[in-house]
Amino acid sequence: MRPFTFERATSVEDAVTKAAAKPNSKFIAGGTNLLDLMKLQIETPPHLIDVNHIGLDEIEETEEGGLRIGALVSNTALAADSRIRQNYGVLSRALVAGASGQLRNKATTGGNLLQRTRCPYFYDTNMPCNKREPDSGCSAMGGFSRQLGVVGTSENCIATYPGDMAVALRVLDATIETQRPAEKAPRMLTLDDFYRLPGDSPNIETVLEPGELITAVHLPAPVTGKHIYKKVRDRASYAFAVVSIAAILKEDGTGRFACGGLAPRPWRDAKAEALLPDAKAATAQLLAEASPTDQNQFKIKLTERALSSVIAEASS
Amino acid sequence: MKFTKPAPKNPIDNQTVMGKPTPRIDGPLKTTGQATYAYEWKDVVENPAYGWIIGSSIANGRIKSMKLDAAKSAPGVIDILTYKNAGIKHKGDNSSAQQIAGPKVEHYHQAVAMVIAESFEEARAAAELVEISYTKSKGKYVLEDTLSSAKKTDQQKDVSVGDFASAYESAPVKLDVTYKTSRHSHAMMEPHATIANWEDNKVTVWTANQMINWSKTSLAKVLGVSKEDVRLVSPFIGGGFGGKLFILSDASLAAAGARLTKRPVKVTLQRALIFNNTAHRASTIQNMRLGANENGELTAVAHKNWSSALPEGGPESGVLTTGPSYKTPNMLLETRLSVTNLPPVSAMRAPGDMPGSIAIEVAMDEMAEKLKLDPIEFRLLNDTQTNPETGKPFSRRKLAECLQQGAEKFGWSDRSSVPAQKREGSKLIGMGVASAVRGGPASKSAARVQLTTDNKLIVETDMTDIGTGSYTILAQTAAEMMGLPLSDVDVRLGDSNFPAAAGSGGQWGATSSTSGVYVACVNLRKKITDQLGLNADTATFENGNVTESGKSTSLSSIVKSGPIEAEGEIDFSGRGDDHSYYTFGAHFVEVEVDIYTAETRIRRMLAVCDSGRIFNPVSARSQVIGGMTMGAGAALMEELHVDPRYGHLANHDLAQYEVPVHMDIPHQEVFFLEGEDPLASPTKGSGVGELGICGVSAAIGNAIYNATGVRVREFPITMEKLLNEMPVEV
Repeated sequence: MRPFTFERATSVEDAVTKAAAKPNSKFIAGGTNLLDLMKLQIETPPHLIDVNHIGLDEIEETEEGGLRIGALVSNTALAADSRIRQNYGVLSRALVAGASGQLRNKATTGGNLLQRTRCPYFYDTNMPCNKREPDSGCSAMGGFSRQLGVVGTSENCIATYPGDMAVALRVLDATIETQRPAEKAPRMLTLDDFYRLPGDSPNIETVLEPGELITAVHLPAPVTGKHIYKKVRDRASYAFAVVSIAAILKEDGTGRFACGGLAPRPWRDAKAEALLPDAKAATAQLLAEASPTDQNQFKIKLTERALSSVIAEASS
Repeated sequence: MKFTKPAPKNPIDNQTVMGKPTPRIDGPLKTTGQATYAYEWKDVVENPAYGWIIGSSIANGRIKSMKLDAAKSAPGVIDILTYKNAGIKHKGDNSSAQQIAGPKVEHYHQAVAMVIAESFEEARAAAELVEISYTKSKGKYVLEDTLSSAKKTDQQKDVSVGDFASAYESAPVKLDVTYKTSRHSHAMMEPHATIANWEDNKVTVWTANQMINWSKTSLAKVLGVSKEDVRLVSPFIGGGFGGKLFILSDASLAAAGARLTKRPVKVTLQRALIFNNTAHRASTIQNMRLGANENGELTAVAHKNWSSALPEGGPESGVLTTGPSYKTPNMLLETRLSVTNLPPVSAMRAPGDMPGSIAIEVAMDEMAEKLKLDPIEFRLLNDTQTNPETGKPFSRRKLAECLQQGAEKFGWSDRSSVPAQKREGSKLIGMGVASAVRGGPASKSAARVQLTTDNKLIVETDMTDIGTGSYTILAQTAAEMMGLPLSDVDVRLGDSNFPAAAGSGGQWGATSSTSGVYVACVNLRKKITDQLGLNADTATFENGNVTESGKSTSLSSIVKSGPIEAEGEIDFSGRGDDHSYYTFGAHFVEVEVDIYTAETRIRRMLAVCDSGRIFNPVSARSQVIGGMTMGAGAALMEELHVDPRYGHLANHDLAQYEVPVHMDIPHQEVFFLEGEDPLASPTKGSGVGELGICGVSAAIGNAIYNATGVRVREFPITMEKLLNEMPVEV
């Protein structure tokens, strides 16, 4: 860990003003991922701004009939909220499928969106990694890539977004509210706008600008149907998804779904959804552009079968 | 005392304390944070410096240059240890690579330098400023690519009984299958850690080590000092599983760093370094050939095992468990070892036997099916009281009882003999069984016991408790021998100043160390009876009194004039060449496999074990369920993945190397058979810690086959190995 300076923000405005004043600073909330990465010197912010005391810890009802989730609402609180459990079951289920109780107590809604990949080569600072060190190469390709991405990747990076929460948010058409320094109005971003695909610069993972702070996540009005989160993993708990599916389906198996464990961001395709309840056709469409490695080729079949399982669950 | 068999009736047979389910006596210390683990000693040294070990970024080659100036002038840095100034004289006993690389680099994450600073944070930060450049050499990293160069090894000689080739040739029913097992990490909870301090040219290390006496000798060689000048202290160890048997870089570099800086030095291996820096269980390829007659009697058994290691490393001897397993007149056991430049391989819980049990016990399942026999019936049919490898009778073998009782308790009769028949919702359900066969070794072990003037019984031995329950069974032994309540016994372990015990490894610890304490207590009893003019053979020690012919003297009155103590040592070198010493068990597992995703989850596990007398059913059960859990990991998820381009184990942290969590282990039951093995030791029991893991992974693999009809011979059985052959179309 490199030495860094630290200060505590008192409001959203204070936080973004402070961030604007110190280039390369980082906001810290739960710190469940950032601190680990700092210890390994994968992240080396010279300055941290603690945003744990700026409010943003409420879940409010919106005029559109949805919810505004403050960025500092913990994963535990969000998963347990009665409105979430009742009307956005897929989100609650995705949250409790992730991490451990201890981590969920600390992890926040905003921070969770920014958790970084679990690619083993990203974590090993002896290894080339374009995400960690631009233009050094990708050692995951041709290496231990079983867990890594099959679609949306580039020749520079095959890392996946590792989380669960954002997969559910994607299927719910959530939007992310942010605040930029020196701007009055917040900015609203869909998840697909928020996350950048790796392309030539896998080190840049979101469209967040310097000093821009996630302030909330907006859920639109509830979507009816069976809310399912299917997480396929090697052990029963406390493991990253090999493949996950967040779905809201009618009994006939039609509806919407998004996938985790396949791509650098939660992966959803309206054309694939249109093919439901045919899991085979929907998966073929969803992963038409897939370029898996030998080690993760099985994820394609696994996605199809997991989707079949979700459709069966919806109709049961 | 030289052990001559069979052990006579002795006070251990009273079973007033010994054999009783006893919660661990060190439990309160552990649950209240007072048990001092290696990194946690606060008061033993003043003002320690902190070491941060830098691992090599290449797997094979040489250090070309090291730029240390920037790091040396970083805040708080005291010095940097490298091969040039470490003064390390020896690679350590049982090590296949140097403690610190230089100029040669032998494996990935081998220690190349250690930054020593005033604080942990400063050492870690400065480590990033050290620039080391290397000249890389080509290495070999894939076991499969080295098979043509694999050689026989003296560490596991081939065994031939009868004439395997002709018997197999003429066998009417044959099986010829090959299995693969993965590389495993010990992944114990407590990382390797050491505090080292020199005073008057003598070094003390507070460390986490399973084998105090071995390691004291080894560390002396590493440092180039005499054994008398080294003291190891290791009273509490947060798991070992074989990963802490030997001197590793934390201990050697802490000691060398403390010598260099003339400061106490404290070092822990960061978790991400442990997987490649220390040792792991080697992967294996195992070919099994079984021949049987139509009745199902084995007529020929061959087991050939390949593994690889660094040039000075040893084999993962899968054949070990096959030799004593089943009756056969013709047997061939072959071990081949090749060289790879991967990190060191070494002992991990039931070395050899554990991966070997996958091969023999899955093969038995496959053969039973060929013979149209129930897998238990097939095993019973081939049970034997004579070790087919050596021709010697077993001191005690109750495998058949373990299998039969287990089948009864588990509900084996509900199992469908045809696979892929039982479905509940989206799950296919299957049951599997395997035998557990594991040696029951014993080795020399000494102890000192003292009755103090305040009426306590102090037991001192350098035996270790790696979470196994040694403290408790040694207290039980001493209490039983001296006729005192357990609460009067104070057990002190893990200090090389104490008499040398067998240590914790190879499941020899319990039988050896209880026997050592037994002998010390026999000697103490003799001292007391001599002092009182009583006959040692007829006097009894009960309820705090020594009694003969109705006349009792309280022990408290004897120590009024001063403490009384005795030492003793058990020596098993005389333990019979005329018997084979093994422990046996049977593992039963029920799994469910998701018809869609092929995810396998265990529903329940049951073991029936026998190793003679069980000293403490509570801690013995803990040992067995721990082994079962580890076996579940090896069956379903644990695998260190080799990246042959870099020659390293790529998934080197606990996020990537998954071990079972609670939800993976929903239900476990353990039963022990009643009885003693007087041929095994004076305390009439053997170990169970490694028995608990043998056969478990095979039982799980067999259950997956029973659930799905898919036979996977490459462990662990992860979803992608089943997915293409799942019996249910979806």
